[in-house]
Amino acid sequence: MISRRDFLQVGMAASAMVGASGFGNWAKLAAQQTLTQDQLLEFDTFGNVSLIHVTDIHAQLKPIYFREPEINLGVGDNKGEVPHVTGAEFKARYGIADGSPSAYALTYNDFSSLAKEYGKVGGLDRVATVINSIRAARPDALLLDGGDTWHGSYTCYHTEGQDMVNVMNALKPDAMTFHWEFTLGSDRVRELVEGLPFAALGQNIFDAEWDEPAETFESYKFFERGGVKIAVIGQAFPYMPIANPGWMFPEYSFGIRDERMQEMVDEVRGQGAELVVCLSHNGFDVDKKMASRVTGIDVILSGHTHDALPEPVLIGETIIIASGSNGKFVSRVDLDVRDGRMMGFRHKLIPIFSDVIEPDAEVSALIDEQRAPHEDAMSEVIGTTDEELYRRGNFNGTWDDLICDALISEREADIAMSPGVRWGPSLLPGDDITREDIWNVTSMTYGKAYRTEMTGEFIHTILEDVADNLFNPDPYYQQGGDMVRIGGMGYRIDVTKPQGDRITEMTLLKTGEAIDPAKTYNVAGWASVNEGTEGPQIWDVVESHIKKLGTVTLDPNTSVEVVQG
Amino acid sequence: MKLNRRDALAMGLGATAVAMLPMRAFAAADEAIATFTGGAEAGSGDLTLDAPEIAENGNTVPISVSAPGAAAIAVFAAGNPTPGVATFNFGPASGSQSASTRIRLAGTQDVVAVAQMADGSFIQTAKTVKVTIGGCGG
Repeated sequence: MISRRDFLQVGMAASAMVGASGFGNWAKLAAQQTLTQDQLLEFDTFGNVSLIHVTDIHAQLKPIYFREPEINLGVGDNKGEVPHVTGAEFKARYGIADGSPSAYALTYNDFSSLAKEYGKVGGLDRVATVINSIRAARPDALLLDGGDTWHGSYTCYHTEGQDMVNVMNALKPDAMTFHWEFTLGSDRVRELVEGLPFAALGQNIFDAEWDEPAETFESYKFFERGGVKIAVIGQAFPYMPIANPGWMFPEYSFGIRDERMQEMVDEVRGQGAELVVCLSHNGFDVDKKMASRVTGIDVILSGHTHDALPEPVLIGETIIIASGSNGKFVSRVDLDVRDGRMMGFRHKLIPIFSDVIEPDAEVSALIDEQRAPHEDAMSEVIGTTDEELYRRGNFNGTWDDLICDALISEREADIAMSPGVRWGPSLLPGDDITREDIWNVTSMTYGKAYRTEMTGEFIHTILEDVADNLFNPDPYYQQGGDMVRIGGMGYRIDVTKPQGDRITEMTLLKTGEAIDPAKTYNVAGWASVNEGTEGPQIWDVVESHIKKLGTVTLDPNTSVEVVQG
Repeated sequence: MKLNRRDALAMGLGATAVAMLPMRAFAAADEAIATFTGGAEAGSGDLTLDAPEIAENGNTVPISVSAPGAAAIAVFAAGNPTPGVATFNFGPASGSQSASTRIRLAGTQDVVAVAQMADGSFIQTAKTVKVTIGGCGG
């Protein structure tokens, strides 16, 4: 008797061997300059249902560069497990050749040289072409957006998310869940959500006052596709009021609420759902844990932690799909649903190579229309960079180093703090830095750059607190950001220790002296979750700093010593 | 991150206080639980304690408890200066033995629920609720 789990494992093996019909060894093709759109999109249509997943686009309408992390540490049971595998180890695990398109798309190694060879990634007009091609093979494919869509760019900030709503609507999604969207403020979120021609889902979005499901959002929605009754259950980011300013959306409460997730799964199964899909903004490790505790979910489309995985991860009988960020990837998942059960799958993580995939003309025009009123302001060149500027990784990226330098220099601070967010495209050495580029790594609705005094002890408390949000061995206590970026101060972190013992050897770099717990330091930072934070906007601080520099050069940052145990 | 100076100082003080007091705090909780159980050992059983993993606001944390067949359920915040939070008594006419309330937590700590069953025995469960400075979410 073959169990359902055996079926799923066969699917996994097939996915690994043939890269689900193509994500694999394109090195030769690329070397011959013959990598084509057809190869990127090649897919042997399978079963009777197709899911298309996009997530964490962060308002990147146009092609960008995006360097994947060099350091992404797993703790506890997740140590050494995907997505906490990077670089050479990642390539070995998935059989990816050095210098291949997959290596460029999925790892950080030789990023700038490969970027020059393979070009930019993403662009929603290219994403549209991919979606159209999948719909040509499977007209009733479901398109599901994992959220973090209405945040992250100059135009998104100035239109309060309208640019993204307009363009996404043209792609015709079937459902969406949420995170950064709420930082537009609850009135604006409701205004946009109420106008959406598709479902706004979140079983864990609650009314804070009454502790009951919020009216504006549905927990799940049913779809009839390929003769299959499909339930899509939404799971918004659980820690919104903690990781982001709760005062901007005080009516709402979130949380993981996995017991209610189980109730929802049981409810939709009771109503005849043959396939249960969870559209999640939990983050990958939280989704893994949730899949181990909630039974009856067939597929989790995972977002938030910006991981891109060429194969699903199987937990029990649930497959978890991670589709990257910033418009760089689209996942296609074909499913064979028979006799009320998912009996197999075929999956492909499609990298959006913007020079290979033809833009969809209609969506291109729509994107240009959103950008036109802002084009002059956005395209102004502020400086140039000699460095590869990137952010993603558990500790400081070069963009963060530049932002921290700007805070110390422009705000006359001893120490700078920059949030460990995972969004923000990369730039290559020799690139111009435009105003748009600066906004791509800084824009938010609470971007004021504060300057304050903190004792050494309190700085330590902050670092310990943020580190525990990243390195707590229980994923349910992780918030899914990276470590707060620090300028002007070095420290040592042992990720295996408990909260309170991880951070040691805090040193003020300009004097080389140990940080004194009792002494007061001038600290500049941005993205405070406190209401009433005062100071100039961070993008103005960074722009002013880059203008003075003209050309950005950075010293290698060796100020954080990481002990992995 | 809490970043105005007053909050920063208050938070720093709070962290110090918690760091200095764990033994005393837990001893106080053990004492309060022993008073409720009359010193009897509490086992495990059909007692559910629902609380968030990370509090959205440490000043008002929603919790709920449920234990079918219980005569009473007591809730303790093990890390608070006064650990006793509430005792819910259920009479014979109670439709269900469950209750919800909101509690204030001084910092990251275990919330403990102890139920007295109809036969006089006790069962116990606990959940860690993290109270964090927040900010910096991806």
